[in-house]
Amino acid sequence: MFVQASAPVIEARDLVKTYPGDVRALDGLTFSVESGSIFGLLGPNGAGKSTTVKILTTLSRPDGGAATVAGWDVIREPDRVRHTIGSVSQQSAVDPEATGRENLVLQGRVYGMRGALLAARVDELLERFSLSDAANRVVRTYSGGMQRKLDVAMGLVHRPSVLFLDEPTTGLDPEARADLWDEIARLTREDGLTILMTTHYLEEADRLARRLAIVDQGRLVAEGTPDELKAELRGDAINVELREPDAGQRAAATLAGLSGLRETSLDGAILRARADHAASALPAVLAALDGAGIPVATVTIARPSLDDVYLRHTGRAFRALAEEAS
Amino acid sequence: MTAIAQSYFMTGRHVRAFIRQPWFLAITIVQPFIWLFLFSALFRNVAEIPGFGSADSYVDFLTPGVLVMTALFSCGWSGMGIIEDLDHAIMDRFLVSPAHRSSLIVGRIAYELVVLGIEAIIIGGVALLLGARFEGGILGYAALTVCAMLVGAAFAAISDALALVVRQRESVIGFSSFLVLPLSFLSAAFMPLNIVPDWIAFMARFNPVNWAVEAGRAALASNPDWSFILPRIGGLSAVAAAAMWLAIRAFRSYQRSV
Repeated sequence: MFVQASAPVIEARDLVKTYPGDVRALDGLTFSVESGSIFGLLGPNGAGKSTTVKILTTLSRPDGGAATVAGWDVIREPDRVRHTIGSVSQQSAVDPEATGRENLVLQGRVYGMRGALLAARVDELLERFSLSDAANRVVRTYSGGMQRKLDVAMGLVHRPSVLFLDEPTTGLDPEARADLWDEIARLTREDGLTILMTTHYLEEADRLARRLAIVDQGRLVAEGTPDELKAELRGDAINVELREPDAGQRAAATLAGLSGLRETSLDGAILRARADHAASALPAVLAALDGAGIPVATVTIARPSLDDVYLRHTGRAFRALAEEAS
Repeated sequence: MTAIAQSYFMTGRHVRAFIRQPWFLAITIVQPFIWLFLFSALFRNVAEIPGFGSADSYVDFLTPGVLVMTALFSCGWSGMGIIEDLDHAIMDRFLVSPAHRSSLIVGRIAYELVVLGIEAIIIGGVALLLGARFEGGILGYAALTVCAMLVGAAFAAISDALALVVRQRESVIGFSSFLVLPLSFLSAAFMPLNIVPDWIAFMARFNPVNWAVEAGRAALASNPDWSFILPRIGGLSAVAAAAMWLAIRAFRSYQRSV
């Protein structure tokens, strides 16, 4: 299918979805995803991420708004959308009573693939996700990480141009998670897929997504690249540990005179300050301390985290919410 | 065309899973055997009641009743498979794929009928061992099996529809266990209708289960009266088709809830 490079591959406009009991899962959500990139929908459980994916994959219908995927309207042309997309749901969706290979073959057949072409594609995916040895085992016997990889493979059998990943690594151990991250990154890099990924892991969003939307209570509260979002916070942290705690007051006075530094404070032998760009402010800081004859033990600088971003946009700590919800 | 192919692949999936569950397979084979054996022993002397009719033995009379009741019992559980697939998110995966809604229902019901076909062969074999003589021959027994399958398909489809709308195991279990025995007893499955109370005979006229039993039994006679049998097969086909249409529609109800 031909998609114009400049046109967004996924476009959601003013999506509204309510559930019985007056639950407003989506409250006018708007965003768009450009071709060939990973777009992350970030937010705590219940923010409306999965609902968004269900609407964009044609499982659910919105009560208001509109959306297109690869140019097809998800409400009026669901069959077109279904042929175009692959979808990996939050919960593993493989048939536990069938083997890995049988799962993939049936999935391919549903999309109209047959014969040698399908067999070759299945072998290729089993190989790619390191499942060849387990291919003829019933999925019930797979580990969580293996099942998840099979889930992703299932979403790719028919070579979709858009892939939806709903919390792909939830419940995986760190090793399996890192493994899957590598595979997901490869999908856009080598296969040119457009991926919409939801997650409540900040680290995951930060590492994989080119652009991010932070969703809270069914609304978009911030959007941009991870770095843009963090830069909005104006202020990296600079922490200087002094070799001589006695020099603290003198050091604080020295730094107070420097331009570009804010919120200088002393905590024992550690001197804290904030700067728009810590890396460019650091030489001046070190030069001033050196000039005053104050020896420095260690210096660290820290970019604002997405946690800070989330806190700023929603007024609530992200991590606390995510933990509470999960 | 694609819907037919997709139904076939879905049936294959269920049959494979069925074969891999030895316990389920064993129960499926043993259960009709027990029904036929127990009922024929229990009601051995019933055939001697005046007015019972011409059947030589009660086993001859009973076999269609047991086969139709087996169809209700095994197909009534069909919705449990739907709930399994919903719980495992397998249903959602198929619903966002190009799979036709109809293939998800037809494929499952076809599988139920494959199992019922196996049970029909076992029941027929056991009945012959117990002394039944099917005058209608293979063709008659095949016609009986078709009747049982049609009523089974209808029952499975209603069970599937219920599963999609209510999405609770308890409802499907309740549906199946609540309906199977009353529907069987309000029919000629175990007694000819001329010796049951009038109100039962009256209600049986509107009971598709009874159509299946009477048509199937008529097909086993030495000179089957096809003008009696075929209209009932037609009626059963209409009921089965309507039930399957309902089940396919039930996906909308499910999708509104997600």
